Amino acid sequence: MSATRRSLALHGGLIALLFALQFVLPDYHHGNLARIMVLASYAVGYNILFGYTGLLSLGHALFFAAGMYGMGLTIQHLGFTPAPALVAGLVTGIVVSAGLALLALRTSGVAFMIVTLMFAQAGYLTILYFGEYTRGDEGFVIQQAERVLWGIDLSDPTNRYFAALILFAICLMACLHLVQRPFGKTLVAIRENEERVRMLGYDTFAHKLGAMIVSGTISATAGAVYGLLFGYVGASFASVQYSIFPLLWVLLGGAGTVLGPFIGTLFMFYLIDFSSGITTAYMLIAGVALVVLTLFAPQGLTGELRRRLWRWLP
Amino acid sequence: MTENSSTKTTTSRRGAIRTLAGAAAGAATMPLWARYTHAQSAEPIRIGFQVHRTGIGAAYGRWYDRTTQAAVELINEGGGINGRPVEIVAEDDGTDPKRGAEVVEKFANQHGCDIGFGTLFSHVVIGSAPRAGELKLPYFVVSEGHHVASGMLNRYTLQPGITDVKSQVQAMAPYVTRNLGKKVTMVFPDFAFGHDHRDFFTEAVKREGGEVLAHIAIPPAETSFTKYFPKIPRETEVLYHVMVGPAVLTFVKELGEFFGPQRPEMFGFIDSLEAVAMDSPGLEYLDGTYFWEGMPRHVQADQSDHDKFYREAVGVDNRGASVSDPTDISTYAHMFGCWETLHVVKEAMETAGYAGPGDRAALVEAVEAMTDMPHSRSHPQGAKVFNGKTHQVFGHQYISRVEDGRLVKVHTTSIEDTFYPDEVDYTKRAL
Amino acid sequence: MDFGPYILLASLEGAVTAAVLALTAVGLSLVFGVMRVVNIAHGEFFMLGAVIAWWVAQSMGGHPAVGFAAALVIAPLAVAAIAVAADMTILKRLDYDPERTIVATIGLLYIIQQVTLMTYGPDARPVEAPFDTRLAIPWIERGEGGWQLYWPWGLGTTSYKLAVIGAAVAVLIGVWLLMSRTRIGLVMRATQMDRDMALAFAIPVEKVYALVFGLGAGLAALGAVLIVPIQQAHYLMGADPLLLSFIVVIIGGLGSLPGTVLAAVFIGLSDGIISVFFSPTLAKILATLLVGMVLVFRPQGLFGSRTA
Repeated sequence: MSATRRSLALHGGLIALLFALQFVLPDYHHGNLARIMVLASYAVGYNILFGYTGLLSLGHALFFAAGMYGMGLTIQHLGFTPAPALVAGLVTGIVVSAGLALLALRTSGVAFMIVTLMFAQAGYLTILYFGEYTRGDEGFVIQQAERVLWGIDLSDPTNRYFAALILFAICLMACLHLVQRPFGKTLVAIRENEERVRMLGYDTFAHKLGAMIVSGTISATAGAVYGLLFGYVGASFASVQYSIFPLLWVLLGGAGTVLGPFIGTLFMFYLIDFSSGITTAYMLIAGVALVVLTLFAPQGLTGELRRRLWRWLP
Repeated sequence: MTENSSTKTTTSRRGAIRTLAGAAAGAATMPLWARYTHAQSAEPIRIGFQVHRTGIGAAYGRWYDRTTQAAVELINEGGGINGRPVEIVAEDDGTDPKRGAEVVEKFANQHGCDIGFGTLFSHVVIGSAPRAGELKLPYFVVSEGHHVASGMLNRYTLQPGITDVKSQVQAMAPYVTRNLGKKVTMVFPDFAFGHDHRDFFTEAVKREGGEVLAHIAIPPAETSFTKYFPKIPRETEVLYHVMVGPAVLTFVKELGEFFGPQRPEMFGFIDSLEAVAMDSPGLEYLDGTYFWEGMPRHVQADQSDHDKFYREAVGVDNRGASVSDPTDISTYAHMFGCWETLHVVKEAMETAGYAGPGDRAALVEAVEAMTDMPHSRSHPQGAKVFNGKTHQVFGHQYISRVEDGRLVKVHTTSIEDTFYPDEVDYTKRAL
Repeated sequence: MDFGPYILLASLEGAVTAAVLALTAVGLSLVFGVMRVVNIAHGEFFMLGAVIAWWVAQSMGGHPAVGFAAALVIAPLAVAAIAVAADMTILKRLDYDPERTIVATIGLLYIIQQVTLMTYGPDARPVEAPFDTRLAIPWIERGEGGWQLYWPWGLGTTSYKLAVIGAAVAVLIGVWLLMSRTRIGLVMRATQMDRDMALAFAIPVEKVYALVFGLGAGLAALGAVLIVPIQQAHYLMGADPLLLSFIVVIIGGLGSLPGTVLAAVFIGLSDGIISVFFSPTLAKILATLLVGMVLVFRPQGLFGSRTA
């Protein structure tokens, strides 16, 4: 089996597994997995910019929140139904990521980190400033009645799980497709040595722009879906910790691998969940786990897997 | 850790408990010894306690925890609820809305809790309540936020143990305008909590014939305030302040440095100084100023027996500090909400003959039917009136004056002072 | 308040912020510049400085000045020791790889915060200033008899705040002297310029790294000890300093200590002064965007050089 076929089988297999789990998982883990899949989609978006293109952004919460508020505000103030609202969220994501990309891509490395961080902070403060419409840090609820998409009630656990799964499947497969095509391979090359890629005649700016827009849009869509599925839109999702989370999930799971983001999100979620059952100092356990993991599994969980066993893993 | 294994046993016991509960429906009238007869064979009532153990709410979370444990101990000593002991299952939500919603799910689906309870910070309540509504888990918040009564939430979310900020703020306006001054400048944090104060108080002051000269909104997490003070108009008669967060001591100190000896009257909310000793260095400037208190922290001359009993049970002394550590000041103006909410839960479960998760809807209806809550051991903060339609309770508010580092109560509002027109009728929504 | 006095007041307040920010940022700049790693736990070292200062002042009775003076010495040293330990046990093993260091320092952040929460608790506690007298500041205006001094209402500062500014300046001069006039400073600068060459010259780079990491943490802790009588010690207080010191270091230009100091002054003052003109939240939005735009058009920062 060729490498492409194998990856397709593996990733398709994961989606099939997630589909099958829906029927056997107990309620609690069923609900968790729905959340994890949406958040993993956010991480997949982040990974495209960070893991593949090598640009470390500290402001992705801006995109996540942009999608979430694009969706939420149109429902709340313009009376949109879920489907147009999701589109609104996606479009907001495209606009914001394109706008930020045009500015931020003039920098790289640490300056890029700070520029993205600054714009994300400004975004967070703007949400607070326009509190009259956004309800600021408290946020607002999207009532159950407003979350009915084409007759399907999204607050029902089964429907919610499927919606999350569909989002995740699309993002995962899109990412897989992207990295196996020339565009994706150029991104990896840019990550390794941008100078050389430019000398070879590629337009590196266009590639980075494309990567950032794709990354931002996927993150925004995840934000819009998260708000819609779980019924709450709030400024805390635009705060700096929601920019650190995808970085953490991707690094833990394996940056530059397609599966990494999902593994990382799953791992961190259950690490916190299990340790909070054992002790009130669960963040201590999380901290120690991070240190240990980074000492002994530097490429992240999936990255190590790729390095030691399955070299064909995309 | 309880996985869903408990559900198997409860189904077989449920029938037995139902008949017992039916007989014990008038449990309030049964003598103490009789309540224990079924205790050993009864499954505990599991209350999922969503506590802010970490994050910015941590200082409050600690005291909410202690008050909750004390209330549960008292309830269990009295035979529990419907002959079943109460068990608290606590989970930290990190004062984060996303985690809060996850914790609510954990209560309902993994721990098999009967109800959820205890959330304080508004944004966490708003983030978590939708999930409670979807899971049909009765969710008793102790938040002071106006979000419940505003109609934003759902029929399963209730706030029967603590009054909300709209009623608190509104009730202050008459006293302030009559005794302190009619020209007010407001200083508040620039987020939802501060905006609530800004909106409700400005409205109420206008009604009393006063006027708010300036609104000074301070960005969240600001650590130094002097640069904002020049915006306070010179003609200000009363400075109204509700700064919260770790920087509050700085705020007061810098206010003192700015105004010096010629300050306007000052009216603040004790929210600013919860868990902070009134005689801390730097707070001398507050002498002679006024505060809203949810429940007077320092023992007053007219202390009721109920307040005395409550302090002993929770472990706070006459200054509102922990009896084991006098430097550990409690969040006295808020934590009573946990005590009272748990007693409301007990009363409602007994009225409804609550036997298990199948009776959750009946439990909500039983709470909605409650109205007068007299001043008692169950309600040590004072008498209350519950509005079943808005799911919000109303009660007395207290105003104190700082005298020599002590808070002396100078005014008690009537409960009627705190009323405002209903904004929602949850009873019209389906359960 | 009239415009002139208001600006003066905002500037004074900004100067205090800038002073502490300069110390914290210089600490980060050293670490960033010499070791080329992002230390996300830098803010937690700041917080530890404040918490240890409280603890020291608490344990020593007597006049606040005694406790404070002790804290001024003990806290930075204690925090530096913790940082050196962290460097030798964790960062060294990671080979100072930038990405792995980020994850490890995030883990360290969680660990430090949680341990502080478990021991010191969630409350914000004050530390008394060693001296704290209110000083009214005069302003001049043109009266009938020419220029006269008068004391505008509300225009003042405290002796302690002025002392903070002075102390920070003194420490920064000390750091500059250390870097430019001592052998240790020479070794640090050499390692910063070219690590491999430094190794070739038998400079114990790993020891230098440990020293730098400790020094950076110690400076942040010192800044915290200075600010703690004005603010309070709280277990979450490290977040803002982390954010701000990163901005300052990048804006000032990587590897440029004077740049860092100037950027700290610029950012500390601008925060105060912009809020004179605009509503505070709007002011913060504008300040944040301004910082972002400076970098967009001058990615090397104000004083950095255009290198890798």
